[in-house]
Amino acid sequence: MNNIIELRRITHKYREKEVLKDISFQIQSGEIVGLLGPSGAGKTTLVKIMTGQLKPTSGTVIRKGESSDKQGDPANIRMGMMMDELGLYDRLSCYDNLKLFARIHEIPEARIHQVLEQVGLSDAEKRPVAKLSKGMKGRLALARAVLNEPEILFLDEPTSGLDPVTTRLIHQLILQEQKRGATIFLTTHNMWEAETLCQNVALLNEGVIVEYGEPKEICRRYNHQKKLHIRLFDGRVLEMGNDSSAAEVVKDYLEKEMIETIHSTEPNLETVFVELTGRGLEEQE
Amino acid sequence: MKNSKAIFIKQIKDTFKNKTVLIQFIMFPILTILMEKAVNVEELPEHFFVNMFAAMYIGMAPLTAMSAVISEEKEKNTLRALLLSNVKPMEYLLGIGAYVWSACMIGACVFAVVGEYRGKDLISFLVIMAVGILASSLIGAAIGTWSSSQMAATSLSVPAMIVFSFLPMISQFNESVKNVAKYVYSQQISLLISDLTNVGTRISIESLTIILLNTAVAFLCFILAYRKCGLA
Repeated sequence: MNNIIELRRITHKYREKEVLKDISFQIQSGEIVGLLGPSGAGKTTLVKIMTGQLKPTSGTVIRKGESSDKQGDPANIRMGMMMDELGLYDRLSCYDNLKLFARIHEIPEARIHQVLEQVGLSDAEKRPVAKLSKGMKGRLALARAVLNEPEILFLDEPTSGLDPVTTRLIHQLILQEQKRGATIFLTTHNMWEAETLCQNVALLNEGVIVEYGEPKEICRRYNHQKKLHIRLFDGRVLEMGNDSSAAEVVKDYLEKEMIETIHSTEPNLETVFVELTGRGLEEQE
Repeated sequence: MKNSKAIFIKQIKDTFKNKTVLIQFIMFPILTILMEKAVNVEELPEHFFVNMFAAMYIGMAPLTAMSAVISEEKEKNTLRALLLSNVKPMEYLLGIGAYVWSACMIGACVFAVVGEYRGKDLISFLVIMAVGILASSLIGAAIGTWSSSQMAATSLSVPAMIVFSFLPMISQFNESVKNVAKYVYSQQISLLISDLTNVGTRISIESLTIILLNTAVAFLCFILAYRKCGLA
């Protein structure tokens, strides 16, 4: 796979404060990459730099092999973006919101109906955005982001504050987009979302990438306890080392069909993040 | 051009649902029709209300509409969405500017019909209105670009609108105000329209210079606001 975006030593200062510090990583074509970090970690600033909305103080963004250190729209790459603030026209209908962007991208009308159906808003296409629920607005913003079949899709907190049903629908759409061939870069502070969807995650804290890699691999790397938690049908909970010493005991319980659940003590991304930074993903700076 | 056209069409659709902007475009033309039909005082000059309201319309409608549209798009992040879709700032401003100018020119046509301008006078009237609308649109664009929210834009556009739209009227009753007002484009436009009604097309060099200078200053203000704040 080729790199679709590469960041080389990106640093950004805002009013003398360094909000991003020496950030380097690559995003390969077709993968879903998650950027995890608490509010104020610098996620949105990094996305703005990647999308050309902001010029970094130093460092280079390479998009499809073309270096750019300027502010402006990257012309060599088809991008879609769902921002933290959705940026929808409240008084216009769902259809008219998409029609504007279809005109800009020179996309046929049929595609508007197609994406509205994809996000489950066909019945609401004539409804003004102001009358949509938060979840519906989120779906419409996603429909707009995928309207031009982008090569890379930037999703800034796509499921923040949404109900579980809408969250699931958005996750399905993200996976559909990946299947189509799109690369997806999403920022989130939902570690479950990152673990479920992403091939790679970057953990960002106070402008520094503290860890980068496959979510499962990161969790394995920080599995210091290496223990098993076994819950038996009789209500007892046992903790034992996740090694050969437990084999005989586990085998015995299995043969007696006494085990209700069995888990390893592998940490999740939240736990790893806390270990690395001393703060949680939901915390504000 | 394609992007400007898309924004122009979007704005037209939005206007019918945006009472705040719609009222700016139709209030004075409707008021003119009503007053010209309803008020019949012999002492009043011919088409008094056309002359007065046309000048007020120029000082008010383009300025407030332009600043309201731009500042709302900035505040609600719709402008950011457009810029992220490869719409260039100038394409956006051209689309919005063309929309405000066209909408105001429809109003100008209403004034022209009510004022019964014909032939050369009709063309002169529309040209005067077109230039005035352009100058006001530039001031509105500067305010909209400078402001980060609708509230901030309103706090700047209301005083500007009061100065530009009411100066021609107030100057009729106060000599001191008249002496100051003559350097303002809306006053010169009011005088040109008044001359047009009374003696036909007569564009003085002084009026033309003041209007062009005002337009140049408005353009400069817009450039400064754009350089300082940008659109994103």
